[in-house]
Amino acid sequence: MTPAPFGARLDDVVVRFGTRRRMTSDGTLVKDDDATALDGVDLQIRPGTITGVLGRNGAGKSTLLSLLAAFTRPTGGEVRVGPDSDGQQAWEDPWENPWVTSNVQLVRESGDLQDEEKVSESLKYYADLRPAWDSDLAGRLLDLFEVNPRKKPAALSRGKRSAVGATIGLASRAPLTIFDEVYLGMDAPTRYAFYDEILADYAEHPRTILLSSHLVEEVERLFEDVIVLHRGRVLLAETAEEMQGRGFSLTGPATAVDDLVDGRRVLHRQRLGGTVQVTLEGAPGDGERESARAAGVELGTLPLQDLFVRLTQVDADPERSRR
Amino acid sequence: MFDGPEPIYVQIAQMIRAQVLAGELAEEEQVMSTTQFATTFRINPATAAKAFSGLVDEGVLYKRRGLGMFVAPGARERLLDSHRKAYFDDVLAPALAQADILGISTDELVAYVLGTNGHQQTTTTEEP
Repeated sequence: MTPAPFGARLDDVVVRFGTRRRMTSDGTLVKDDDATALDGVDLQIRPGTITGVLGRNGAGKSTLLSLLAAFTRPTGGEVRVGPDSDGQQAWEDPWENPWVTSNVQLVRESGDLQDEEKVSESLKYYADLRPAWDSDLAGRLLDLFEVNPRKKPAALSRGKRSAVGATIGLASRAPLTIFDEVYLGMDAPTRYAFYDEILADYAEHPRTILLSSHLVEEVERLFEDVIVLHRGRVLLAETAEEMQGRGFSLTGPATAVDDLVDGRRVLHRQRLGGTVQVTLEGAPGDGERESARAAGVELGTLPLQDLFVRLTQVDADPERSRR
Repeated sequence: MFDGPEPIYVQIAQMIRAQVLAGELAEEEQVMSTTQFATTFRINPATAAKAFSGLVDEGVLYKRRGLGMFVAPGARERLLDSHRKAYFDDVLAPALAQADILGISTDELVAYVLGTNGHQQTTTTEEP
């Protein structure tokens, strides 16, 4: 039986790597913040959801995910992980906590395999570690991904090693299963097979799945919740539907579209002959859907990918450019 | 699949309504489960569930405990009724507005509708 899905909460979490203190010429001590991976993160992960973790390179995704699995200890703040029981959050600090860590499976892009042993040995190791491990599923997935378990990880291609990681994550049936860019090196058919297996197994064995990916377009429909990290901070954490509501598009004859825009800030504008498409922030106003239709203007949602790109666009940041 | 401008759950609901209207889904027939929907169309099961709960509220589907979702009795009749009402606003009004832009006269439109233009006279939707 699968245990209840785990949720997680972070309160004002800071993670710094290799913090250095240095003396300036006038003798004051300053901290170098260059290695701040997470900077005051407040976050809640709902139990039982597939949550997408998005962010640009270096945004802090891997650090966040490794905190939940106790691979990293926070420099400051509090991390709590656990299931809801009777509406109560029985959540605990994952650090050096066998009960939490045995129920959290983090699959990193490195795969964490025993390189000198056959793949089957790595699987045995995870089977012993995870109370809900399903070895039938593991075998079926290796067949599906065409991985020979008698080979050593070093003899596998990048994509096949990722497929072993995907297998470990799915077969763990861990109440909190985390895939940190596990798709790397997988070809498109393998990635889609991986997404299908996530959905099928999630439907059968409800649990919390965190998935970080740069292929937003491919995975956005899998998400119920979305977290966007930007430069070590939470830019947003909400349902995929709410994120979808952060912008919309109007497409139609230029004059009709401009009438509807009515002075609001246009994020993006495209023109093809007399037809214009504009992207606006926020949600359509009251009755706007009707007035758009009456004016022959089509009102549409934006792909998460577009919203993500706009939200995390590089803007002038003196703090960063000084480095 | 579901590449339209509306949210996916809206598009799923539209697809099911269209199937009921066309008679592809008969009354009392079982519809795909949220799990089947999720894996078939590669979407989060909660998205499919949201479409279903909206259709339950509309009286198009109903839930049988432990069995799944079924097309409600009278669902097609109700959909026909509401779609007929919306037809004038949603379909005809934009078409007439376009005719206006193109300078097509009311006489021409009437002639077309009455079939004096070589076309058959249109009738209201019939039961199959």
